[in-house]
Amino acid sequence: MKKIFIVSIVCIAASLQANAQRYFTKNGFISFYSKAPLENIEAENNQVMSVLNTQTGDLQFSVLIKSFHFEKALMEEHFNENYMESNKFPKATFKGVIADISKVSFDKDGQYPVSVSGDLTMHGVTKKVNANGTVQVKSGKISAESTFFVKLADYQVSIPKLVKDNIAESVEIKVACQYDQKM
Amino acid sequence: MRKMFGYAMLAIAVAISAMGAGHAQDTTDLLSQLEQEVIGDNKSATNYTTATFKTTRLINGHTVENVARGVLDVKISHRFGKLNNGLYELFGLDNATMRMGLDYGITSTLMVGFGRSTHQKTLDAFFKWKILRQSTGKRRMPITLSYVPTVALKTLKFEDPNRKNYFSSRLFFSHQLIIGRKFSEGTSIQLMPTLVHRNLVTYADEPNDILALGIGGRQKISKRVSINAEYYYQHPDYKLRGTTNSLSLGFDIETGGHVFQLHVTNSQGMAERTFITETTGLWEKGDLYFGFNISRVFTVGKRKRG
Repeated sequence: MKKIFIVSIVCIAASLQANAQRYFTKNGFISFYSKAPLENIEAENNQVMSVLNTQTGDLQFSVLIKSFHFEKALMEEHFNENYMESNKFPKATFKGVIADISKVSFDKDGQYPVSVSGDLTMHGVTKKVNANGTVQVKSGKISAESTFFVKLADYQVSIPKLVKDNIAESVEIKVACQYDQKM
Repeated sequence: MRKMFGYAMLAIAVAISAMGAGHAQDTTDLLSQLEQEVIGDNKSATNYTTATFKTTRLINGHTVENVARGVLDVKISHRFGKLNNGLYELFGLDNATMRMGLDYGITSTLMVGFGRSTHQKTLDAFFKWKILRQSTGKRRMPITLSYVPTVALKTLKFEDPNRKNYFSSRLFFSHQLIIGRKFSEGTSIQLMPTLVHRNLVTYADEPNDILALGIGGRQKISKRVSINAEYYYQHPDYKLRGTTNSLSLGFDIETGGHVFQLHVTNSQGMAERTFITETTGLWEKGDLYFGFNISRVFTVGKRKRG
């Protein structure tokens, strides 16, 4: 009887342990930057949702297109209305894995370069994306950063000829998240 | 009994550890949970409808749109002469009246503007206040309601300078409510009940206050082009002699920071009191004016990033 009890406790502890590997954020940061001959366009989003499983390396993001904010109001309107069609495609998601998660020791402070691959879905199109990034562990806090490029044509975001000198073909995406542990 | 308890514990433990299995699924579950918390069931945040119209003017009159806070909108509008003037006047292109104007967004719901029209050398000023904003989510509102009062000053010399003329005779006022709704991504319709007041009328039996009801709308035919229509019906008992209702048809073409509006209208004026109460052109006779509005916006004030 006692044995069964101990086994049960161990099992429960183990499953809690598995849950404890999950880290999340609701206010991660994603920005994009388009550098073109006529103008540079920048937008920021501070309401990025992300989940990281430090055991398996699973990494997922979800972001509302409407939460990207621009300096110019009209740009924001056109971004939503003409380019990203945010009423039709309200969010962008990423579902991927940190390939070399085993190299990161989450109980030791440090910067760990990692590579991530997965599916990026936006504007109704899903494409494989590979990116390099950094996982930082600092006194138990985990944060992650990455910079990569996305080609607009890959996601069927069409640029009219008239403004082709205003918008870059590939935009630079910056991601930065500080994660909290899921209890 | 104790054995039973033991088995129960074991069953619970197995169930819990099974839930822990399949980590990718776990991650997905947690993310959807976060989405639920943040985006919610569409009731935790108010989602305001944007881009009901491409710009703050439909053709001659206002739309429910405001310019954004800290944005300056430079508007240059032309109405050429009558199309039925024929080739000699190049179908009206030889004669043009124009209005130059500046609009500025003080807050996201309040804008001000002023302008000068060559037509009767008129200065005009207005503000537009969005009282209600169409929205879904936490706060649901089916329509946008705006109030636009205008004042116009006719600076043209008095016809009879020997008569005793009052400054107040140069003034015109209008009050307009705009009730608009974006029905779908491409279709927006608005109603514009309007009162126009003039201090001086030509004939003693003419009313000083004119009542009109406008209806207008747009249908997008592509992401950047829409077809617009605008009609103002004047109350038959409250209108000036020899005037007719204003009917205008046009296109909006949007390119980056510009909006080009091309249209055909039977009104020559571009201020409320002129196109609503002083339209004399008849569509059936071809008394039509070709015209365009060009809008160019500049971001003047720094915008707070959200």
